[in-house]
Amino acid sequence: MIRNGPLALAFHALFIGFIVAPLAIVCIVAFTPQGYIALPTDGVSLRWFVAILDNPRFIGAFWISLALGVVSSLIATALAVPAALAVARHRFPGRETISTLLLSPLMIPHIVLGVSFLRFFSTIGMNGTFAGLVTGHVIVILPFALRLVLAAATGMDPAVERAAVALGASRFTVFRRITLPLLLPGIVSGWLLAFITSFDELTMSVFIASPSTTTLPVRMFLHIQDTIDPLVAAVSALLIFVTLVIMLALDRLVGLERLFVGKAYGDKSGAG
Amino acid sequence: MTAHRAAPYWLSAPALAVYAVFLLVPLGSIALISFQHFEFYGGIQPGITFENYRQVFGDSYYWEIFGRTFAIAAIVTALCAVLGTFEALVLHRMANPWKSLFLLVVLGPLLISVVVRTLGWALLFGSTGLINKALTGLGLVNAPVQFMYTSTGVVIALTHVLVPFVVISVWASLQRMDPAVERAAVSLGAGQPTVVRRVIVPLAMPGILSGSVIVFALAASAFATPAIIGGRRLKVIATAAYDEFLNTLNWPLGASLAVLLLCANVVVLVASNRLIERRYRAVFRESVA
Repeated sequence: MIRNGPLALAFHALFIGFIVAPLAIVCIVAFTPQGYIALPTDGVSLRWFVAILDNPRFIGAFWISLALGVVSSLIATALAVPAALAVARHRFPGRETISTLLLSPLMIPHIVLGVSFLRFFSTIGMNGTFAGLVTGHVIVILPFALRLVLAAATGMDPAVERAAVALGASRFTVFRRITLPLLLPGIVSGWLLAFITSFDELTMSVFIASPSTTTLPVRMFLHIQDTIDPLVAAVSALLIFVTLVIMLALDRLVGLERLFVGKAYGDKSGAG
Repeated sequence: MTAHRAAPYWLSAPALAVYAVFLLVPLGSIALISFQHFEFYGGIQPGITFENYRQVFGDSYYWEIFGRTFAIAAIVTALCAVLGTFEALVLHRMANPWKSLFLLVVLGPLLISVVVRTLGWALLFGSTGLINKALTGLGLVNAPVQFMYTSTGVVIALTHVLVPFVVISVWASLQRMDPAVERAAVSLGAGQPTVVRRVIVPLAMPGILSGSVIVFALAASAFATPAIIGGRRLKVIATAAYDEFLNTLNWPLGASLAVLLLCANVVVLVASNRLIERRYRAVFRESVA
């Protein structure tokens, strides 16, 4: 094992500083007792976190994002599981085309998807609706779910299922008792990645959200375009904190590496 | 038997149906209106015309936007490739628990909204002016440097947003590397810089390249970061399309910008992937022979 030299460690320290600095400043600013952004501040205050509770626009946007993330990631996973089984377990004409098509949204800039959905949904009278947002999000996050389920399905030993059939299990029993449990880690991590991707999505949503269906990232973006104040910093600090908690939980549950590799692979497949 | 043969099609049918209706049709409709005429008081007119593309290609204003977008993407890609590769290497050589901890610190931001990460840079550059205080405090600059509303600021923030993609991609290819190769080079008398330059970087090259391709594609089509840091004056393709759609309401012109961005993206992704695959295969064959 070759160790890092002092030069490498100095680079590492600078790099970590670069990564952490913008997130740290958001958290520091969020605790300011002042009515504006200034550093250094005198003292620590929770007034801006309290202010979030009095701001129905942020609270409402949070609930919309949460509902949108849950609904669209469930639909995306439900569509991804059978498709992943088809691609992973069968050899059939058109297999390559189907998997390329299903992963293709990763290759399309979200701005292009946004304007396409805006045009399409306004033509059919669906623009600005919650159903429209769900549809757009399903398309964007399905590839992420598909990737992780696909990896789990490809890694499965078909002999286990054959053994169950040989022992007299019906097809439904095999699916319920053997296939599904073996796929479960892939399905859960695929669903989680899909949920997080949906919850964070801005660029496409900004086109198809209406004032009554504004998601949290869109609300924050519009707010920042208008003014940067401690309020939006407090919302961001809360998001960082919640993401941190989810990340630690995920690390215990499924192992974060699987999730990150899924994210990178997802985007990598976008390169292919 | 026929039922079995039809199974994969039935299994993928629901997803394919959703894609056909809600992806291909919208993309087709945006491609269509990019060829239609826009009337300020009459909206989108029927009939096919190339005037939107003529307008985009004939106007130095749009050339500037395209040039700026791809210049920013190229610089961000170069920065991410260099910084990300070295960081992946440092992480690779760390021992647990530090390795897992720092991997989490570096990759974790991928799960945090781009809006939040960009807000952090807006605070460092603008409102608090912390970066300039640090720079002048260290005596590096005399007058404050303008980061907000400049390409420099956009490049720094985008590098921060996208560098984890190179780290994870290189890290994954380093994981596949046989540690004996490195030790062999050292035992044969190679110094550290030589080991990195002649052994590790070539072996990690597929990871470096595929990570860079992702970064370039995402940087060229980035929206949130250029919109917040660059503001309304410093436009890139994505923010220009946004303005055409939601401010000027000239959808056909915005659509032509979107179509051009999509085409550029697909060409870059497909071409570079072909190139990487061919290079990679050649290396592989050489080592077998």
